[in-house]
Amino acid sequence: MQKEADIRDPLILGNKTYHDITKDISRPVEGKANKYWWILFSLSLVLFIWGILCMAYTIGTGIGAWGLNKTVNWAWDITNFVWWIGIGHAGTLISAVLLLFRQKWRMSINRSAEAMTIFGVAQAALFPLIHMGRPWLAYYVFPIPNQFGSLWVNFNSPLLWDVFAISTYFSVSVVFWYIGLIPDFAMIRDRMSATISPMKKKLYSFLSFGWSGKAKHWQRFEEVSLVLAGLATPLVFSVHSIVSMDFATSIVPGWHTTIFPPYFVLGALFSGFAMVETLLIIMRKVVSLESYITIKHIEYMNVIILLTGSLVGTAYITELFMSWYSGVEFEQYAFLNRATGPYWWAYAIMMTCNVLTPQLYWITKIRTSFVATFILSIFINIGMWFERFVIIVTSLHRDYLPSAWTMFSPSFVDIGIFLGTIGFFFTLFLLYSRTFPVIAQAELKSILKSSGSEYKNKK
Amino acid sequence: MSKNTLYGIFDCEQVLLASVKEIRANNIEIKEVYSPFPIHGLDKVLGLKETRMAITAFIYGCIGLSLGALMIYNIMIVDWPQNIGGKPNWTFYHNMPAFVPILFECTVLFAAHLMSITYLIRCGLFPGGESDSPDPRTTDDKFLMEIVVEGDVTAVKEILTKTGATEINEKDV
Repeated sequence: MQKEADIRDPLILGNKTYHDITKDISRPVEGKANKYWWILFSLSLVLFIWGILCMAYTIGTGIGAWGLNKTVNWAWDITNFVWWIGIGHAGTLISAVLLLFRQKWRMSINRSAEAMTIFGVAQAALFPLIHMGRPWLAYYVFPIPNQFGSLWVNFNSPLLWDVFAISTYFSVSVVFWYIGLIPDFAMIRDRMSATISPMKKKLYSFLSFGWSGKAKHWQRFEEVSLVLAGLATPLVFSVHSIVSMDFATSIVPGWHTTIFPPYFVLGALFSGFAMVETLLIIMRKVVSLESYITIKHIEYMNVIILLTGSLVGTAYITELFMSWYSGVEFEQYAFLNRATGPYWWAYAIMMTCNVLTPQLYWITKIRTSFVATFILSIFINIGMWFERFVIIVTSLHRDYLPSAWTMFSPSFVDIGIFLGTIGFFFTLFLLYSRTFPVIAQAELKSILKSSGSEYKNKK
Repeated sequence: MSKNTLYGIFDCEQVLLASVKEIRANNIEIKEVYSPFPIHGLDKVLGLKETRMAITAFIYGCIGLSLGALMIYNIMIVDWPQNIGGKPNWTFYHNMPAFVPILFECTVLFAAHLMSITYLIRCGLFPGGESDSPDPRTTDDKFLMEIVVEGDVTAVKEILTKTGATEINEKDV
């Protein structure tokens, strides 16, 4: 049996048995939604529908519906894209990297973090699709044989790397998520009564692929999970590195920097963990999972936020130093303009939210408080959105030719689409929280006797 | 002689592990063990062979890498070589650095998906498949040991009870 040091805080609170875990995790699926769920769901749905209308308007009239102009030809679309992709990074980090490091606290949160990843990446993928203007020609980005006289995609282009990286990341994340879900769907299937809810029973039978929990299957399950984690770990780092190369391989001052890949990956983990906290702090209350998502889990995530936040801060300062040290006046002006130009307020928001906010986590009281963490996580989400906005818009709006200098202001369509993706994301997440086992119960049961509070006291 | 199937049900995985050891020491063959979660060391105690899933992933990864390289070579070098940004695509070797990201993605894509499909096929799992677990409680909190006994079952039952089975069910085959 696995042993754990007594000094470690328990990861499961309350006197839980295996059966209690089963009951607690099937409760949201079996029960009826409460009032708060319906309110949140209706709000998200309204936002989502508004987003769909704005998307339809964009596709109908063209990209001119956005606030873009000839100088700033990339703005909210790519900002939102990078923001959502970044959010999608924590899920796989929690489930893959923390699995390789054998961090057991990941087990209570990995399922929802992965769901967040998948839903987040889906939002991100919408933006390049809409930005194409003619989304029905989206298949042009894939290297498929065609009748246009060998019209192939360009494998030297970071934009194509992005297509491959994001589609691989999305599909591998879905597979990793689903492999883990099969035993948990089987648990729900076996609790459903065929007479009371025959449709539900059929649905979960279908989803659980006939899982029965044989010894050989579990042995393969564990090996497959480990190998998928090993494959997903470099994948996580590659995805945001490649996203950063969309900028770093260009020659625009402010984008053309070698620090971008690690800086973007860290920023992604930083914002991803903040979003996981925002979601889980609400979810543990709404579906009563306080015994499983404890303050200890939040604290561990806050430590990661503190680490990645400090590294992001270091990257900001390194960037400033390098622009001065490079001696290139365009590069120097790009950074001076960011901090003191007309978009100084965006830069200030970014610096405050991303550099100062995480430093508060040095204080134990803040690090171990749900309320403080929730508020700070929102700040970080906002700060990371502004980071991308600052990188993209402030680098573009004052280019080499002062006569072309301009400002960017979003149109209502820009704002509508962004709000729409937030609505879509929460719609998916709320539906997920009512139909899926939100905690990887099979894995959690395997640590109950080494990390459960009752069993720790007995020793 | 008639064949009987015995289902020993346990509440705790540690008790089950000890019982499996005891039963195997008595030269009784265990047909299957069903459990709600993976039990560390159970495969060794049961004498299961090591799984080869990781090896298949390696092979699939190699296939992905080769197919990716073949695809890029054909598209960029053979079919339509172009001079993009002063970097001509006349040889695969000189353009390799730009192809690394996609070669890596192809490797991961093939390894992850094909290994998962192999896993599902090897375990006989498919959408809508029927569970063949003898007791639905095995996905909740019970551990079940299935033993096929020819002839007298009392001796096996005794060992099961002695080693901590909380419930023993019997079925004629």
